[in-house]
Amino acid sequence: MHDKTLAQLSAGLASGEFSSVELTRHFLDRIQRLDATYNSFITVTGSEALAAASAADAKRANGNTVPPLCGVPIVHKDIFCTAGVRTSCASKMLDNFIPPYSATVVENFIDAGAVVLGKTNMDEFAMGSSNETSWYGPVHNPWDTDTVPGGSSGGSAAAVAARLTPAATASDTGGSIRQPAALCGISGLKPTYGRVSRWGMIAFASSLDQGGPLARTAEDLALMMNVMASFDPRDSTSLDLAVPDYTADLDASIEGLRIGIPKEYFDAGLNPKTAEAVQNAIRELEKLGATVHDISLPHSSLSVPAYYVIAPAEASANLSRFDGVRYGHRCENPADLHDLYMRSRAEGFGDEVKRRILVGTYCLSAGYYDAYYNKAQQVRRLIKQDFVNAFEQVDLILGPTCPNPAFAFGSKGDNPVAMYLEDIYTISTNLAGLPGMSIPCGFVDAKPVGLQIIGNYFDEARMLNLAHQFQQVTDWHERSPEGIA
Amino acid sequence: MTIQRSDIEKLAELARIQISDENITATLDSLSNVLQLVDQLQAAETTGIAPMAHPLDAVQRLRPDTVTEPDCREAFQAIAPATDSGLYLVPRVIE
Repeated sequence: MHDKTLAQLSAGLASGEFSSVELTRHFLDRIQRLDATYNSFITVTGSEALAAASAADAKRANGNTVPPLCGVPIVHKDIFCTAGVRTSCASKMLDNFIPPYSATVVENFIDAGAVVLGKTNMDEFAMGSSNETSWYGPVHNPWDTDTVPGGSSGGSAAAVAARLTPAATASDTGGSIRQPAALCGISGLKPTYGRVSRWGMIAFASSLDQGGPLARTAEDLALMMNVMASFDPRDSTSLDLAVPDYTADLDASIEGLRIGIPKEYFDAGLNPKTAEAVQNAIRELEKLGATVHDISLPHSSLSVPAYYVIAPAEASANLSRFDGVRYGHRCENPADLHDLYMRSRAEGFGDEVKRRILVGTYCLSAGYYDAYYNKAQQVRRLIKQDFVNAFEQVDLILGPTCPNPAFAFGSKGDNPVAMYLEDIYTISTNLAGLPGMSIPCGFVDAKPVGLQIIGNYFDEARMLNLAHQFQQVTDWHERSPEGIA
Repeated sequence: MTIQRSDIEKLAELARIQISDENITATLDSLSNVLQLVDQLQAAETTGIAPMAHPLDAVQRLRPDTVTEPDCREAFQAIAPATDSGLYLVPRVIE
């Protein structure tokens, strides 16, 4: 059952081939047997899952018409608040945090009747590209357990790749859905900024954060998006636009679709074997009738520097709420209020989170605001304008998701910048607020490679259409790591 | 821009994160690396470019000025480190 896609599981439940309780037991059993190797879960919610599965089965047995994901198991990244279930954001700071409310995304899945198997591991507060910053230990990539799964949604991606769940929620601030999708050989979509509610999704950099799905196929991402995307009055940046049926256009022809290839995404920093896999994928799409055009995104090289001003600046403000007073970690025997703040935060946050808070504090401090934050926001507009110009000539932009396949634990050394550069091709879409996607397109040294698809604002359906058509003529998305049977 | 030990001490105070003496050098090194990266921004020509706060230039929605949130004090305080009589407790601030 674990080799079936979300769409196939939904059909199997509808036809009575298996029940939701059987399905849920099957996945819970796999998690129990296999996840010691991957460490992709922080919390497994077995009894809650079985109760939800029974309820889904009962609803179906009563002859009710049920939504497509009713009774289908999924998992949530541990950044989404779940009422009554610990939500840690992979931080010691929130190891004891049991939210009194659920995120809108979580509520949407409850309304859809989905069964939640548990909460997945991630980089602490979503800050990282390797899942090495989690307080609960790193996640291991199912394709090669000596390598990282990517980050920050490494647990969600590894769980899908290891067939411990058919799909997962995740979040993407600079590549945290697309990069782990690429490194784990699965599909992932970061929607347009404002498409998926951020309410109850623990904030990292609020002008960049966006929730989205991870699954094995584009069709499954479309099913997930139909549940995740919604206008939410409780999220002040949620956009009040009708949500389309993302499955509606999957089967459309891509004949005549104009694909742009930015020369900056095939620079010297790109692994030549990754480049070859991506070029092969583009040729495959040409065979399907798409036309290929060379484009330029001239300010691409400024995206990482701009990001490492804006994201830490916003993080330093967002994470000031963790003060040891109202919830979360508090130090022992504080001498006074100042000592309580200083030690609770020093003990509760890991090194990378502290580093980003300090960088953000520096960029926002008196005398530096114009040189850093204001400058970065100006550069952000230049980066956005590059995309606006490109989308006058093409419908979608394609390139690599990341420069290299999965790397070994600890291989990025002590300089944080080496890790930051792994996100060089994904960050600019967050800065511009555009939707971005990654789908499997080949292998380098037996490790998966991701093809990135960037769309215009709210053009997720067209991206999913292209990805689905690609997956009709290729089988990269059907490959599975050895040892997960 | 180069930063020094005294900058790290000031940032630690502003961010309310205690940094032990033995960790100041390592923190200084890693922050210097990050700031070197972001200094690449200074080369960008941005004269006359308006800073971008939102990709679609959206503005905050207004809503009717009515009560929408119920009282959840008990649920919120159930997860607090220390409370008494509905109040959050911290070390004594005023003698």
